[in-house]
Amino acid sequence: MENPTNIVRVSNVTKDFTMGKSMVHVLKGIDLEIKTGEYISIMGPSGSGKTTLFNMIGGLDKPTTGSVFIDEIDVSQLDAYELAWLRCRKIGYIFQTFNIIQVMTALENVTLPMIFAGIPDDAARDKGMELLDLVGLKPRFQHKPFELSGGQQQRVAVARALANDPAIILADEPTGNLDLTTGDEIIKLLKLLSREKGVTIISATHDLKMLNVSDRVIWVTDGRVDRIENRDELSISLGKIDEKWG
Amino acid sequence: MQPETKLKKNLPKKQVVLPFLKSVEIAVKSIKSRFFRSLITTISLILAISFYSYIKTNSYIISGIVFSENKIAIQTLSQGGYEIPATGEQYNTTPKERWILFLSLLVCVVGIVNTQLMAVADRFREIGTMKCLGALDRFILKLFLIEAFLQGFIGAAIGALTGAGIALCGSLIKFGTLAITYVSFNGIFISIASSILLGCFLSLLGVLYPALLAARMQPIEAMRGRD
Repeated sequence: MENPTNIVRVSNVTKDFTMGKSMVHVLKGIDLEIKTGEYISIMGPSGSGKTTLFNMIGGLDKPTTGSVFIDEIDVSQLDAYELAWLRCRKIGYIFQTFNIIQVMTALENVTLPMIFAGIPDDAARDKGMELLDLVGLKPRFQHKPFELSGGQQQRVAVARALANDPAIILADEPTGNLDLTTGDEIIKLLKLLSREKGVTIISATHDLKMLNVSDRVIWVTDGRVDRIENRDELSISLGKIDEKWG
Repeated sequence: MQPETKLKKNLPKKQVVLPFLKSVEIAVKSIKSRFFRSLITTISLILAISFYSYIKTNSYIISGIVFSENKIAIQTLSQGGYEIPATGEQYNTTPKERWILFLSLLVCVVGIVNTQLMAVADRFREIGTMKCLGALDRFILKLFLIEAFLQGFIGAAIGALTGAGIALCGSLIKFGTLAITYVSFNGIFISIASSILLGCFLSLLGVLYPALLAARMQPIEAMRGRD
């Protein structure tokens, strides 16, 4: 409310898991603000709480204490129905394993979130074709996932994530299962989207190529935000790949 | 409406829907693309229901033969181990028949629960993904129930017709046209209809627990890189 351009605000969030009898403090108080249209990467070694933080931002998990605000709505206040609505309309998910629904064609995959959102069939179809065109898969709209390559499946997933014009796209290692060139293409596609559509993109990643297009990189270590780097600072530390991206 | 909605400001009318026709469409697609898995589930139902339908139809045929008061035919029947009721009375299934029937239906339901549990485990990722796209628990439940109903209906229809067909053919061979001269076709129709209803019910009963399990799944499962 104080700052309306914050699409995501994480305020003093902690998360504990009980592992058998012992309590594990995975997140130890995280504060974070992400502005609309930013391209954010969350980095950190495994076990640092990176994934937990990421899931929290995506409304997939609730904090033990503290609050996560998406579009200034406190996620932990929402009931199941409202959470489903949030996932449907506000957030687009991209997975490391693509998660294209196997029994549906590319177009049906893209239109599914629109069906949930109550958009009429014809409108959903048109929008779906438009989105597939955007990711360069229009000629393959009737293909089933097994007829598509990994990169193409991820493109379908990107189109699906955009279906209901979400404010945030949450990408969990989107290039993790792709080879270098296709990974590159997906990164370029995401960057293009964030620039042209003003979508906020938040990704958890290890991919250095991904870091270099990010506006900010959030390093998480041991349940805390270690440091936040802007892109210009990053380019210096990643000097080698710098030239490629200009 | 309620005071609490004021706290959650600027949420417009929150609507997540899955129209009935769409869910049928998705269910049909899912059955088609997992044809063999569906076939296995359906086959156990076909067998159990055809047995039920056979016993039911047979009892109407026997009643018809008893009604004909044809001595030779009745003697053949009692030699075959059937307890012949007094003339004019309906033939009732024996306790042994009922017991076997009950067991076969029980085995069938357990089989359905088993295959459906496997189906749910297979589709964890898919269910999680749907939830990430905004599906509610009851959408998932709806999809599974519709799928089970369709499987149940098709399987039960095949089973009911097969069972009744076998009963009719068998007694036609044994007793000739006498078998169907006095039979109540109303009765046979009732036995087929009740078999189909029973089949749908058993199929839904079998899927209930697996479907609930699937519906309660957390969307976070889709994020886990698990195959």
